[in-house]
Amino acid sequence: MKFIEIKHCYKLYRDGVAAISDLSLFIDKGEFVFITGETACGKSTLVKMLYREEKPTKGTVIVGGINVAKVPNSKVYKLRRKLGIVFQDFKLLPKLTVYENVAFGLSNAGVANSIIRQKVRLALERVGLKGKEKSFPKNLSGGEQQRVCIARAIVNEPKLLICDEPTGNLDPKTSKEIVKVINKINKEMKTTVVMVTHDKEIVNSMRKRVVTLSNGVIVDDTQKGSYVADEID
Amino acid sequence: MKLIRIFFRNVANAFKSIVRNFSLSSASLICTTITLLVVAIAIIVAGNINNFTRNLSNSLTMIVFVDSGATAEEIAQVKQGIESIKDVKADEIIYKDKKTLKEETLENAEKGSTIYTIVSTWDDNDNPLEPEFIVSVKTANKMEKTADTITSLNKVKSVKYSEKVLEKMIPLVEIVEKVSICIIVGLIIVIVFLIGNTIKLTIYSRSEEIEIMRLVGTSNNVIRLPFVIEGTILGILGSLVPIAMTIWGYTICYDKLGGIFFAPAIKMVEPMPFTIYASLILVAIGAIVGMLGSYTAVRRYLKV
Ligand SMILES: Nc1ncnc2c1ncn2[C@@H]1O[C@H](COP(=O)(O)OP(=O)(O)OP(=O)(O)O)[C@@H](O)[C@H]1O
Ligand SMILES: [Mg+2]
Repeated sequence: MKFIEIKHCYKLYRDGVAAISDLSLFIDKGEFVFITGETACGKSTLVKMLYREEKPTKGTVIVGGINVAKVPNSKVYKLRRKLGIVFQDFKLLPKLTVYENVAFGLSNAGVANSIIRQKVRLALERVGLKGKEKSFPKNLSGGEQQRVCIARAIVNEPKLLICDEPTGNLDPKTSKEIVKVINKINKEMKTTVVMVTHDKEIVNSMRKRVVTLSNGVIVDDTQKGSYVADEID
Repeated sequence: MKLIRIFFRNVANAFKSIVRNFSLSSASLICTTITLLVVAIAIIVAGNINNFTRNLSNSLTMIVFVDSGATAEEIAQVKQGIESIKDVKADEIIYKDKKTLKEETLENAEKGSTIYTIVSTWDDNDNPLEPEFIVSVKTANKMEKTADTITSLNKVKSVKYSEKVLEKMIPLVEIVEKVSICIIVGLIIVIVFLIGNTIKLTIYSRSEEIEIMRLVGTSNNVIRLPFVIEGTILGILGSLVPIAMTIWGYTICYDKLGGIFFAPAIKMVEPMPFTIYASLILVAIGAIVGMLGSYTAVRRYLKV
């Protein structure tokens, strides 16, 4: 059994948009996978089904042995604790410090302060933000803010890190640094990474598995691939 | 341990949120305070009315005069007849014969007065006083019917009861009591909406925070907790002024009026412990209603 198993999935939104059609995708433990494709092809929808923000209309989605589609609303939080999620728009709480932002999930889960302190310190070290604990997000650069988000995503040492266009708001140089951080986490923590991006340069520089979507179906899936989304009609 | 930690982290946050959303919180606080003030007045009115009707029902009596020539056997029959009436408190019937009545009259009269001299000359045979039964009844509304039934008994001359006015008042008083209970219930619903709406707005202003909470794996109960705590705190804070007004205000009114409301027959409930009970009811209403209002508000806004 693979770590992620998406089998014959469909996602129809309420207004009749078919975002995903009969999509099957298998990802091994510890893999680093890019999901690419032109805008509105269903990339975000695909990863939303992994963290149970959306339920597939049809088909199964299994993550780490859990049938995600069958998780009831009231239990979604248990799944989320095993995942790390990073977005283009950071989603940091402006009134909390870097430390508090990273600690947020653990704190809400009632974890003891001493354990929170250890875990947050380790996570901030991993993303290279040591010493920024007391800063507020608004005083950080875009790249630093995204590092805080990554730290928050990995603080619980998840098996899966989902990134939906994490470099979408960053300049090329910063983007490269962020991808380096994500790559390091994949290598050092053996975390499976699923990263949505349409940054050609990044995809081509990494030589990882590339899954290309078009209109809700996989049109290309290549190991050590390159960015081909703009070549597909 | 884990739950206690989560709880205390959230109580602190709830206070922060109330302060942070000061204008909103104070608006709903003022509304809750005013509403609970009216509830407090309604509770005091209802409590006093309840007390009044209970006292009244306890003192509903009538006097049955028996023909002065009635024999002992006939008197016993009258007693039996009265006892068999449903609305009569059978074991509270008091009988006073001619002799007792004569002695009572003499006791009440001044020695040497005309009445005293005349009454004292009566002996058992020419004592014109009519033996009487003092009868307690259960319901005021039925007094007239009960009196009629007793009058129809053999050897009963007449039935006297003075509570005619009170008897008319009781249904009115009961309506007032029911109305005040309706007002209390209505106002409670109003507070549910008031606090619910405040919480809805704080939820709205914190929708990003809720989204992030869901993202990092915070359980629905923990997401709900700060809002429910906030609602409860708002409810309790809103009950403070009404409680103070109840305790001080009612005690002052009671002292000023001398414990009597307009007519001597209408005694007010003593302020202690009555106002304490009323305060407990107020704070309970505030807390429960605040909790309920926020709980339903959060329920609608969260995917739970
Ligand atoms: N909640 C929703 N309700 C209705 N339609 C939606 C919803 N979310 C997405 N869609 C539609 O589903 C399709 C796929 O959207 P999705 O966000 O998955 O695309 P994407 O590949 O992530 O695009 P982008 O590169 O612009 O982020 C689009 O046509 C979009 O309009
Ligand atoms: Mg997207």
